[in-house]
Amino acid sequence: MNDPAANPAGADRRPREGAAAVEFEALADDAWLLRLGERIDDALNARVHALAARVRAPAPPWLRDLVPAYASLAVFFDPAQTDAATVRDWLLQRCGDSDDIAAAGATRVVEIPVAYGGEFGPDLDEAASQLGLTAAQLVERHSGGDYRVAMIGFAPGFPYLSGLDPALALPRLASPRTQVAAGSVAIGGAQTGIYPRPGPGGWRLLGRTPLRLFDARREAPSLLQPGDRVRLRAIGADEFHALSDPARATPA
Amino acid sequence: MTAALTGEEWIEVIAPGALSCVQDLGRAGWRHLGVGQGGALDPRCARLANALVGNPAEAAVLELTLHGPTLRLRAPTRLALLGAPCELRFDGHPLPAARPLELPAGTVSIGGMRAGVRAWLAVAGGFAVDPVLGSSATDLRGSFGGLHGRALRAGDRLPLGPVRPPRRVDAPRVPGWWIDPDAGLDPHAPIRYVATAAPALAAAAQRFGDSGWRVDPASNRQGLRLGGEALDTPAAAGAGVSEPVAPGTIQLPADGQPIVLLADAQTVGGYPRLGRIIAADLPRLAQARPNAKLYFRACDEDEAREARRRMDADTARLRWAIADRLAGR
Repeated sequence: MNDPAANPAGADRRPREGAAAVEFEALADDAWLLRLGERIDDALNARVHALAARVRAPAPPWLRDLVPAYASLAVFFDPAQTDAATVRDWLLQRCGDSDDIAAAGATRVVEIPVAYGGEFGPDLDEAASQLGLTAAQLVERHSGGDYRVAMIGFAPGFPYLSGLDPALALPRLASPRTQVAAGSVAIGGAQTGIYPRPGPGGWRLLGRTPLRLFDARREAPSLLQPGDRVRLRAIGADEFHALSDPARATPA
Repeated sequence: MTAALTGEEWIEVIAPGALSCVQDLGRAGWRHLGVGQGGALDPRCARLANALVGNPAEAAVLELTLHGPTLRLRAPTRLALLGAPCELRFDGHPLPAARPLELPAGTVSIGGMRAGVRAWLAVAGGFAVDPVLGSSATDLRGSFGGLHGRALRAGDRLPLGPVRPPRRVDAPRVPGWWIDPDAGLDPHAPIRYVATAAPALAAAAQRFGDSGWRVDPASNRQGLRLGGEALDTPAAAGAGVSEPVAPGTIQLPADGQPIVLLADAQTVGGYPRLGRIIAADLPRLAQARPNAKLYFRACDEDEAREARRRMDADTARLRWAIADRLAGR
């Protein structure tokens, strides 16, 4: 129902430049969608995460879930404890004058080792030649980026990373692969992301991380949290295997 | 619940049925990490089936799809089946559904659904699988939760939670009463939705309710795919930034064939949204058969809220009535 390939980099639906108001929409009987804008934009996304932090601290007892996305935030509540109108009023207060929603303060920085090229990144050479770069230059520019987890979705633990050098944008494959290895680091359009599980996918595969992005049985199931900053570190095959989780056992 | 058994009882799966999986009322608190709500496609039926066997509402049940499983009971067991009408047999003898059955050791077989698609089987003590991220629901896409993160297979052992030592049961005990959660509901009434407020999608959202739709057999727990005369997707709405979605969200992909997201909905989606099916009518979509014709009708927030209030009140009333019966009042 939802492939990263179906999430195109967005065009503005309406001119909302500088618009401060947060739009409310009933996403479900038990959820409000707060829309701060309709673009993929780091400043907008930072405001989404700041608003999420404000709703979460301290979390009201009726709060069931928060979904920070690129430019919107879903707030799920327990209808047995409250009602939609009460939640809306409470959220309006939290939004206040949305110009006050400053970027979140301290964010985590997570380093992710990535083995580029070869068996780890079957599209690296082709992608580099399309971009007019050598493979080494593409690795240097991709791993040198300053990324942020704009949102997590599509699958448990799948991070949509913003901050890709616009010169590295690549179209998706005309026909998605039926099998992408877990940990694959990929470019799709103007975004970069990491596949947590083996499965089909249409993004260009540049490399792979030995880290496990999502494990439901881990105390922190997701390696990354929405809003985290991410640094990629290029590693060789030896380090990849040394860092691989022996318990990983990913059935293809 | 004193003198509880140790919880080392289990039910053996002889045949798994078409798609049988462990579900409960779903998980909360993990959507920000891409983990959806999941849980029974008709939470009313899961709650009420649990009530019939004396379990708390959130105990794990089996959700059965299209054709039920064959299960071997190793010890006397109380169970209840609720949902789509289907054949239920104990050691070959037909038994009625929608009521608590006390059965001796033996074989329970559940056949094909005669109308509708899904039913829920509750067992006293509940299915004691290890909760993952706070829930026993099977996340089929994420391969976690439930029994080994997947649908049942032949040879599986379904662990049971502790229960009071059952009375001596030499033959099936079948009470003379039953419940009907859908009593008084018109099965032919159109399914209600609240249309999106986005002006660019107003025309498509209106037309969604004007024509009939056929249920695509490729539908699953994540989404109900509808086929019919294609809706126009306005170009302005076609390239939206991914936004959160929820069970009930009506998506409109570029081919103009809508998808209604169900309990296993992903957490974000990039397709334009036409609006949402109201919570009170979602259980009916859990019973939509492949190729069935469905009709939808737009309603407002007040009607959505009132319908939900009524559904919750009816479910609560049934639970009280069941508790009274079980207590012998």
